[in-house]
Amino acid sequence: MEFLNWVRGPGLEYATVIFLVGILMRFLEMWLIGRKPDLSRPRASASRAGWRAVWRRSLPSEGLMKNSPLVMIAGYVFHIGFLLVLLFYVPHIHFFKDVLGFGWSGLPTPVINFLSILTIAALVALLIHRLIDPVRRFLSTSQDYIVWAVTTLPVVTGYMAMHMDVMPYTTMLALHILSVEILMVVFPFTKLMHAFTFAVSRYYNGAAMGRKGVQL
Amino acid sequence: MTRPTLAQQLARQGISRRAFLKFCAATASMMALPPTMAPAIAEALGKRTRPSIIWLSFQECTGCTESLTRSHSPTVENLIFDLISLDYHHTLQAAAGEAAELAREQAMEEGGYLVLVDGSIPVADGGVYSTIAGMTNLDMLAHTVKDAAAVVAIGTCAAFGGIPKADPNPTGAKSVAALMADGSIASKPLINVSGCPPIPVVITGVLAHYLTFGTVPELDDLGRPRAYFGDSIHDRCYRRPFYDAGKFAKTFDDEGARKGWCLYELGCKGPTTHNACATAKWNMGTSFPIESGHGCIGCSEPDFWDAGSFYKPLSAATGDLSGLAGGAIAAGAVAGAAAGLYARSQKHKAAASREKMTVDDLKD
Repeated sequence: MEFLNWVRGPGLEYATVIFLVGILMRFLEMWLIGRKPDLSRPRASASRAGWRAVWRRSLPSEGLMKNSPLVMIAGYVFHIGFLLVLLFYVPHIHFFKDVLGFGWSGLPTPVINFLSILTIAALVALLIHRLIDPVRRFLSTSQDYIVWAVTTLPVVTGYMAMHMDVMPYTTMLALHILSVEILMVVFPFTKLMHAFTFAVSRYYNGAAMGRKGVQL
Repeated sequence: MTRPTLAQQLARQGISRRAFLKFCAATASMMALPPTMAPAIAEALGKRTRPSIIWLSFQECTGCTESLTRSHSPTVENLIFDLISLDYHHTLQAAAGEAAELAREQAMEEGGYLVLVDGSIPVADGGVYSTIAGMTNLDMLAHTVKDAAAVVAIGTCAAFGGIPKADPNPTGAKSVAALMADGSIASKPLINVSGCPPIPVVITGVLAHYLTFGTVPELDDLGRPRAYFGDSIHDRCYRRPFYDAGKFAKTFDDEGARKGWCLYELGCKGPTTHNACATAKWNMGTSFPIESGHGCIGCSEPDFWDAGSFYKPLSAATGDLSGLAGGAIAAGAVAGAAAGLYARSQKHKAAASREKMTVDDLKD
């Protein structure tokens, strides 16, 4: 109980501060470093191509399904599953409502349950694939494994906490919140930042190409 | 003069053997013992002489005593309690002043007595925040516990520090267990009967167990008897099916509340609270707080007073994160500006130190 009080209180406060300070720092750092002004006459609308790239690159690229079906399916499943569970599980919405001052309606618990299992299965499949495939294994750094662990733990502990009969709920809930705090602390300083920067980098590339008249 | 046995006392007070056996059977079931144990309990209890009990009240509100004495009156539980030789209890004893302290000293002479403590013990500033007969609570507890057979911490204050220990804890309040752990008082077998206040039958049940078997019952990791504190309120709540079905009351007077739906979203701490409220209930088994439409506040858990608002759901942060976020964003902006400007200056420096390529470089 003292552990739960700590993770719900001071622990969450530390994690929130590190998370927000870290993200803002990273963004401002990228923005303030500055870009050289492009003096050429644009051949087409840069912003249109930028926004188009943001959208287009969220769709599976051509041939991905044929070349690497597991990465494609499991990748989409875990990203979408993770976001849905995070944003539409009713107790999570209560957390956001308390912080933001407004809430939204959630998904039924059995749906969240199903999505959690799918998400965990996809994450495990991706890890196995990363370990078995020689090329992927060669390209993987320790950060890849750390990032995998801090992403997977909140889903696993959350699923176990939700099923209150498996483990003592007080302990599981505390471990779940702690795992989220670890994710929040690690987030701004690892490749997890892509959750925010993906749009920026896609826009940047898209706009730069679009300006030159490249058809994206 | 030999002390009368419990059975003799009961007979003298007109309690039938049948009523006594009923109490023993109820106690056996509360302790999760097989019903065949009831006669054994009756026999053991009946043969016992009145053991001496010293009840010490420290930083407390007398709610624990009120719970025990006022809830069901008169009941077999109360009488059993009367029949224990309660030699010292501030609220209940007739003696006052030196006579009262003398009663405590006399009870201690025989040794092997049971010490019941309610209230936390202040240790800050030499323990001056609560004294009795010129003695600090800590001194009195240390003195009394020294020759005790066992100690029962009655209520959340004695068991975990409770409200006096709540942040910022100005009196340096500590629980009995904490004082045993840091060596301020002798370490004796300790049973924590938490709750604010504890359920009367839980107090009497624990005493009955101790008197019957002469041992401390099986305890959980917080030193509470598993028989009463093994399940969470949520596990045993009659509203649990609504939780499982995702039916929640959103306010205290909406349709869901009237239909008796789960109070999780209104801040019920049932899932993290271990106690027997949902099964033993209160007011002669009438009901427990959730039955009257209010969520569990988690009073039998350590630091329940510092676990955030009683009306915030368990999944919400206990602190004010949105207030904190403003500060964090400002700090992030400053840190980001500094990091960005540093990176920019590094970029310019790198650009300035670049050597210009000339045609001569290409000649080689």
